[in-house]
Amino acid sequence: MSEEILVMRGITKRFAGVTALHDVSLSVRRGEIHAICGENGAGKSTLMKVLSGVHPHGTYDGEIVFNGEPCAFHGVRDSERRGIVIIHQELALCGQLSVAENLFLGNERARRGFIDWNRTNHEAQALLDRVGLRENPTTPVNDLGVGKQQLVEIAKALSKEVSLLILDEPTAALNDDDSQHLLDLLDGLREDGITSVIISHKLNEVTRIADTVTVLRDGKTIETLPAAGLSEERIISGMVGRDLEHRFPPRTPDIGDEVLRIEDWTVHSPAQPDRVVVDRATLSLRRGEIVGLAGLMGAGRTELAMSVFGRSYGVGISGRVVKDGAEIDTRTVQAAIRNGLAYVSEDRKRYGLNLIEGVQRNVSAAALGKLSSRGWVNENEEFTVAERFRRSMGIRTPAVSTQVGTLSGGNQQKVVLAKWMFTDPDVLILDEPTRGIDVGAKYEIYSIINDLAAQGKAVLVISSELPELLGLCDRIYALSEGRITGEADRAEATQERLMQYMTRGQNS
Amino acid sequence: MTTKTAPSPAAAPPSTPSSRISINLRQSGIYVAFALIVVLFAFLTDGALLQPQNISNIIVQNSYVLILAIGMILVIIGGHIDLSVGSTVALTGAICAVLTVQWGLPWPIAVLLTLVAGAIIGAAQGYWIAYFGIPAFIVTLAGMLVFRALTLTTLGNQGIGPFPDEIRSLSNGFTGGYLGNIGLGPLGGADLVSLLAGLVFVAAFALSQWRKRAARLGYGQTVDPMPLFVLKILGVGVVVMAVVVQLARFRNLPWVLVLLAILAMGYSFMANNSVFGRHIYSIGGNLQAATLSGVKVKAVTFWVFVNMGVLAALAGVIFAGRLNQAGPTAGMAFELDAIAAAFIGGAAVQGGVGKVVGAITGGLIMGVINNGMSLIGAPSEQVMLVKGLVLLAAVAYDVWTKRRA
Repeated sequence: MSEEILVMRGITKRFAGVTALHDVSLSVRRGEIHAICGENGAGKSTLMKVLSGVHPHGTYDGEIVFNGEPCAFHGVRDSERRGIVIIHQELALCGQLSVAENLFLGNERARRGFIDWNRTNHEAQALLDRVGLRENPTTPVNDLGVGKQQLVEIAKALSKEVSLLILDEPTAALNDDDSQHLLDLLDGLREDGITSVIISHKLNEVTRIADTVTVLRDGKTIETLPAAGLSEERIISGMVGRDLEHRFPPRTPDIGDEVLRIEDWTVHSPAQPDRVVVDRATLSLRRGEIVGLAGLMGAGRTELAMSVFGRSYGVGISGRVVKDGAEIDTRTVQAAIRNGLAYVSEDRKRYGLNLIEGVQRNVSAAALGKLSSRGWVNENEEFTVAERFRRSMGIRTPAVSTQVGTLSGGNQQKVVLAKWMFTDPDVLILDEPTRGIDVGAKYEIYSIINDLAAQGKAVLVISSELPELLGLCDRIYALSEGRITGEADRAEATQERLMQYMTRGQNS
Repeated sequence: MTTKTAPSPAAAPPSTPSSRISINLRQSGIYVAFALIVVLFAFLTDGALLQPQNISNIIVQNSYVLILAIGMILVIIGGHIDLSVGSTVALTGAICAVLTVQWGLPWPIAVLLTLVAGAIIGAAQGYWIAYFGIPAFIVTLAGMLVFRALTLTTLGNQGIGPFPDEIRSLSNGFTGGYLGNIGLGPLGGADLVSLLAGLVFVAAFALSQWRKRAARLGYGQTVDPMPLFVLKILGVGVVVMAVVVQLARFRNLPWVLVLLAILAMGYSFMANNSVFGRHIYSIGGNLQAATLSGVKVKAVTFWVFVNMGVLAALAGVIFAGRLNQAGPTAGMAFELDAIAAAFIGGAAVQGGVGKVVGAITGGLIMGVINNGMSLIGAPSEQVMLVKGLVLLAAVAYDVWTKRRA
């Protein structure tokens, strides 16, 4: 057996005139964790789809050698039979089915066509033990959090006797604890001799866990580096093609008077109306100020934001929203928009965009009234507005009529931001504004946020990444179990301090 | 604003027209298919399909389904479905019959009250769908049964007729020969008013397209190149005038055609250019995003169903007028024709996609197949078979082009 478990050579893949991969090579050593880094659109996911047979043999040029044998996969089943298993960013589990049923879906433990439930649950338990998930195999997957679902996916891969495990952004949706557990698990699998390829935007995780890092940029292999002693800045410079001196654009804050104040805000869960999700939260924003809202998963950040914005979440809401000294009506989304609020959701595909429409119609969607008279829309003005945002925000799209669903994550995020900037709000709530987008596009989003503040708007940024909040915000609130547990301004905020606030329980 | 950005994004490439043209190709598939079907049946029927009287028949016979298709495409764009329109056609036809025949109300008032009844029917269903959150499939399935039952109650299980002449001429009648006929050489005499109406329509269409193009150019947008633009106008002009000349040679323009033309233009414009129309697309495209963008999702959904009810009532009046009787079985399976028209015309099951003109074309495709096959003496089971396969093929084509994109 050779030292390389996988060699991909000269892979070129074109989509309708666009070259997604150009002569890409990748070689993975047996038993290592190999990280692939690159901006969105660099070709990471496409490369993995070529490898796993999602793009079948014949639709790309180049060769794949796995375990010393050339491969020509015609589908995912082919690659799985050889021990290559890919776990996609969007988990592919059936929520209504039990953990055990999911584990053996398509690979059922059956006797003459009938499921052997004893064997199914018994083997499922063994797999769950192996990934360190203490759950009953008969629990429906819907009852598990995202972190645990991710573990179920890995257990499913193990059930297929995997020798090469590919994980696409495995920790993107996980909180720190779950991420930690997942990375430890990968460490353990490495000791069992399983090779992993991991695609990740979280460079701190890459440098922590990987043995080798391959950097892709614009569909080409830029370099392959041993991970030992590799710094995040070094990887970033490969990804963007130049050194990023600072990950955050410079800014001189010009902070004015208080513009918005949320007082004694309490929200109950719609699923369990007796459960308090946000508990007497009070926070304020000033003109030209960028305020952060930190909190662990489940702390109630999104719930707070969405309940303020037109009561889009929650029941039994009480409290006051005061703007410029007077209480305002935010009971409907229309009222919230009219009163100068904007909310950019953490999930732009589900809550932010109409993916089957063009950039133009998405940008105008929240403020069609500004483009119309007596109920009729002026499409030419609409086009002009869309063009203006395309240019000023650097939205990379063939045309403003192009379907938003075909754009990259960073550009989609700019379209959502443009939509809300066009409503000309005084206060913007940005929920995970840089989730799932690459380093370069993040910098652009930060610049846009800075510009908004410079125009005198107040911006509330919700983020799971503490360095992002520290780099961006003038002041940061920490939320824990629905309560504001601390507040720190730029000078005094540190990761340690925020983490202390964020983990403060009800009793402290 | 300043965009001080890392990897040179400010130099976003300029808009190119290439994507626009490819989108147009996908959407124009339906029109090409329609043209091919017309040519095919013209050939199979030795030209009988395109005879003046037959063209007139196709329009009159399908008018009510086309009116339903206009309402249905909006419902489907909004991500819903309406199974009750056939029963609504029957019930409103019965209401109109009771108002005119039994109560002796003047026809304009009777028609108006019938449309109001349609609006109430739509509002009743819209309430459960929009404000109560029951899927439209269920609500309108219930409506299909309920309104059919109410029809039977209203009619006392028998047909009511005959209708006043004005209502009958709305369904079957033709514009008068106000200016007499003129000779068209070998084609014989033709009604001058109809020809003028056709010419005015084409001229207005050309002018509006021209002004739209000029405005777009003024805003620095890309437009179709001039030859293509002229070709499009010419194409529409030739087709419209050919139909109008044939109709003028027969018995002038059917009133329902005039009505249909007004509805088609009005609703097309509404769907594309009104805030309300845009909101329907945004709700069907992504309900949550529309909600969080401040679209009054419930109100829009409600009014879409009210509109469907009004159009179904209009279709009900026209259908009853055509048969000169409101009967208990009127409008059976019309909902399926209207839904099929919308999907053949390019609507997507998930919502958010579709065009009024597409739905009308889809309805005409089925009308031409019906008519052409009966002209060549095909039995009804064959007509059904072909219509079913055409529906499947149309949606398969749509899915295929999407997958390729």
